[in-house]
Formats: sequence, structure tokens, C-alpha cells
Amino acid sequence: MIPTLADTATTIQSTLEGWKLSEGWAMFLAAVIHVTLVAGFFGLPAGIFIWAERKVSGRIQDRLGPTRVGGKFGWLQAIADGGKLIQKEDLVPADADGPLFRVAPYVVVVSSLAALMFLPFSDGWIAVSLDIGLYLMLAVMSLEVIGVILAGYASGSKWALFGGMREAAQMVSYEIPMSICVVIPIITAGSLNLNEIGAMQSGWAGNWILFNDPFTFITFFIYFVCATASCKRAPFDLAEAESELVAGFLTEYSGFRWSFFFLAEYASMFAVCGIAVLLFLGGWHTGIPFLDGLLDGPRYASDSFVYSWLTNLLGFTVFFSKASLLVCVQIWIRWTLPRLRIDQVMMTCLKYLVPISCVLFLGAVIWPLALSFTGHTTWGSPTGNRAAPTMRLESRGASPPSTSTLPLRQRPLAASDSNEEAGR
Amino acid sequence: MTEQTLFFIFAILAGGGAIGVVILQDIVRMAFSLIISLGSTAGLFFLLGADFVAATQLLVYVGGTLVLLIFGVMLTASGPFRRIKMSTGETLLGAAVGLLFFSVIAFTVIGVNWQAVPSHREVATTPSDQSGNTSRAIGMRLIGIPADTEIGLHKDSGSPTGYLLPFEIVSVHLLVVLVGAAYLARAKRHESRDAAEGDA
Repeated sequence: MIPTLADTATTIQSTLEGWKLSEGWAMFLAAVIHVTLVAGFFGLPAGIFIWAERKVSGRIQDRLGPTRVGGKFGWLQAIADGGKLIQKEDLVPADADGPLFRVAPYVVVVSSLAALMFLPFSDGWIAVSLDIGLYLMLAVMSLEVIGVILAGYASGSKWALFGGMREAAQMVSYEIPMSICVVIPIITAGSLNLNEIGAMQSGWAGNWILFNDPFTFITFFIYFVCATASCKRAPFDLAEAESELVAGFLTEYSGFRWSFFFLAEYASMFAVCGIAVLLFLGGWHTGIPFLDGLLDGPRYASDSFVYSWLTNLLGFTVFFSKASLLVCVQIWIRWTLPRLRIDQVMMTCLKYLVPISCVLFLGAVIWPLALSFTGHTTWGSPTGNRAAPTMRLESRGASPPSTSTLPLRQRPLAASDSNEEAGR
Repeated sequence: MTEQTLFFIFAILAGGGAIGVVILQDIVRMAFSLIISLGSTAGLFFLLGADFVAATQLLVYVGGTLVLLIFGVMLTASGPFRRIKMSTGETLLGAAVGLLFFSVIAFTVIGVNWQAVPSHREVATTPSDQSGNTSRAIGMRLIGIPADTEIGLHKDSGSPTGYLLPFEIVSVHLLVVLVGAAYLARAKRHESRDAAEGDA
């Protein structure tokens, strides 16, 4: 009997193994499918946000922005940009360190692509579900700066070297407040698993970690500043600084290698905003229980794979809208604020953001203790319906969504087997 | 099979990166091949189901190499793409030490009966441990609760207080070292400024 998608298969790999494929092939094909999907999410936001950036910047500067390509609003501007960049010559300067110069864009792209593997786009829609998903995601995203510094050094140009060194100084210092800010919602939620953190913010918007206590509320804004800095976005775009350093670490790049840096920038903008949405803004929940129930409806209507897929698609839409909104705020900030000087950037981080985030961390730890003294144990307790996702999965007779790379023999089959027996 | 293929890829990259660090002469290329070597080691940790160690390897070692790279460039390079050359004696000495160390490790590895060693999947007690979700178990150990308490294995294993206190003591020591280093670096600058003011 070939199991259908809704029966026992919780991962793509186990589905493929159900189709009489060997374990190795199933793992390989599942990996290819996952990478293709994630690469789609890598390209799609970049395409949308490049167009949005041009449009928003145009409006802010009292221009129209793109108007010709693909109709009245220039929808296809990103594709036109891509086509133009592919046609350009792939230059390596004579003074450059060739191999490192060529490999640097790939380091940047791979790290920001790999970060998206740990981001749940909807309940259970995650390429690699790990308990330490958030930690690993931050670790992988911090590798992006290696590519930038390699690019800056290998270009053999002083502009590029200045840009790379500025980026190094900026990243090394901004990682500290960003990590502390990320720890605060983790303390509140009691989990490092992004999918779990997202799932427990169901119900009214008051259950979002943002509104859990005053400290998490402020933390969100500090995190957003640090995230903007970590994406090298203005007012923190010291590495590029086109009015001082020509184009910073990008000066010597052309063609598709140049566009790789930009694809990675927009993808990591999406990634940090996705983290913000999952950690503070309720993930794929709308914040209105009635609406969430409506969106969740298809999952309860039938056990079929299609309905649960439809629910996840609606959840993805909500998640993507929230993340896009935050990206738009980043674009808005970029075209509104002037660039800081490098000493101001460092001062903002080390003299203000680090102490503020430390105080917030302390406050977030003390808050539940202080509340328990006042007797309000329930008020401000973390967030939403913790049990919901597992209950929902049990009702479908499937094991929780686990790592896609889990071989067949380790799948916890006991639950589904006993359910089948009970059915007979 | 798949795991073996991945293991060979990561092992070759880790070993090749390590050799690259020794052979290459440009300091940034050396740092980059060190990054490759350390990153592949993180991949090996993932294959062993130690996801927390792997992520920490990426964050601490690969990220730390970056700082090494920056300081390496800033402190050693007087011109662009400066090369590091070694004398023949140094090369021979280094090769001898390396070979000795390699033979010690090879001797140990060959001496182990690998068939008798259980894989991490056999050691792991829960499905989530098997798939490599080790952070929970590590956290429990930190506060002194063995991960396999429920099923009654290893009743007396683990220290009663856990590893939290030693961990905190080490952290505070590191912090003291950092503060001390920052203080020393600042003090010098103050002196020179005072001297400059004195001269004026």
C-alpha cells in the first residue's frame, strides 16, 4: 500500500520513502526539494523588495520610481535589473586576489540562504526544524560578514578595504546587543524553537510577546535597530557609503557577482524581519482569534493533505505580510535618515544599545518574579496556547513535524500505528 | 550511505582546509581555509547529531576566525597581499612536529575497536535526541538533571549541582580578563595623551 500524504508522512523524505524509493535517494530528493523551495523564498522577497525599494524611495524623493517595465507600476523592474546584470562582464581587477574575490559573493549568498532554512514560514513549514533553530540561524547569519570582509580585502582597492573593515567593526559590536535582544523573548517563551515560539502566540494580539511586558516591548525596537545595522542598511550602511567610499566593498564588483551581494542583502533583511515577526509579533497568527479560527478552518475541515496545506498557505500569507511590513519600515528608514559617521555608529552601539539591552534583559528576568509577588501570576504570563500544535497533530494521527533529514527507521511510528489499530 | 558520503565530503574539506592553512602563504587565504576547515568540522558535528556543538562551532570558532583575520591583516600586513615565507629549517621542524602529532592520533584511532562503540543513535534515549536535538539535554545537565532520569539509567551520574556553577565561574574569569585587557589598552592611551599635554 502506498501511503498518501496525509497518512503517516510528516516529512517530504518519508513521503518519498513511501513511494518505494531507497533511503539515500529519498534523502537526496527531499534535500533538493527543500533547497529549491528555500531558494524560491530567497529570490522572491528580493524581487519584491527591490521593486518596493525603488518605488518607496521614488515617492519619498517626490519622484515616480519605475513606471515602464511590466505595465503602469513597473512591476517587473527587478527582473529587468537582473537581466541587465547578467549581461555585464564579469571583471576581476588586476590587483585583486582572484580566487578570494570570486568566492566572496558565494559566502554571502550561501550564509543568507542557509539562514532561511531555519525560519518557519508557517506552522510546521520549515526546512530544518531544530530545538536550537534560532541560535543556529543567528550563527549562520553572522557568517555573512566574512564574505563582505573577504570582498573588501580581495578587491585590492582602498575603498573596498575601508568598507570591509568598517563592516567588521560594525558587525562585531552590533552582534552583542542583537543577541541579548533575541534572548529576551526566548526567556519569555521558554523555548529556542522558532516554530514553538510562533505557535504559542495564538489568540488575541495581547498574547504576542511584544505586549507581554514593557521590557519585551522596548526590546523589539532595540532589536529592530540592531537588525537594520546587521543588514548594512542606512543609516548604518558604512560598508557601502556611496558618498564617501564610491561603493565600499562593492566598488570593484560588477555583473552577477555584484547582484549576489544585493540578493543576499534583501534576503537577510527578510530573514531578520521574519525573526522579529516570530519572536515579537505573533508569527503566522493574525492576532484576532476569530480570524485565526477562520484561517485555521481548512485544517479541521478534513484530514486531507490539501486542506492542511491550504491552512499553512494562509498562515504563510499572514507571516509574509507582517515581515514585508517590517522590511518596508527598513526601506522607509533608509530613505529618511542620513548616514551616521563611523564613530557615531560605534557610540550608538557600545554606549547606548548594549547598556539598554542589558537593562532590558535584567528587567525581563525580574518581571515574572516581581509579578508573582504582586499576586498577578496570570497577568502577563507567557503567551497563548502552548498545547495547541501538538493537540492538533494528535488529532490527525501524525507525529510532530520533525527534521526532514530523519531517516525512516527513527520516525516515531508508535502513535500512528496505535491510532490505526483503534480505528479497526 | 548518504551519511557516509556527507562524512567524506566534510572530512576531506576539513582536512584540506587544515593543510591549506599550513601550505598557503597569503594570510587572508590562510584564514579563509581555516574557516573552511572549522566550518566542515561543524558539518561533522551535525552528522554526529550534536547540533548545539555544531552551532556553537559556527558561532564561536568560525566567527572568531574572522576577528583573527582582521587583526592578522591589521597587525602583520605592511603592504597589500603580503606573503609569509618560512626558512627550510622551520619547515622541517614544523613537519616533524606535525608528523609526530599525527602518528599519536593515528595510533589512538587505529587502537579503538570501532565495532564495539555504539553510534550516537543507539546512545540517544529519546526520538528528539536521536534526531540531534541536544540543547534540552545539555540544558538539563547544566542544572544537574541527567537527561535520562525518566528511564532510570545512570542513577548516580552527573554532579549533584550540575555544571552551571563551574560554567559561571569560567565566564566571570573570562569577563575579568576582557575588562583587564580593555583597561590596559585604555591606560596606555591616557598616558600618551597626558604626556602630549605635558609637552604642550
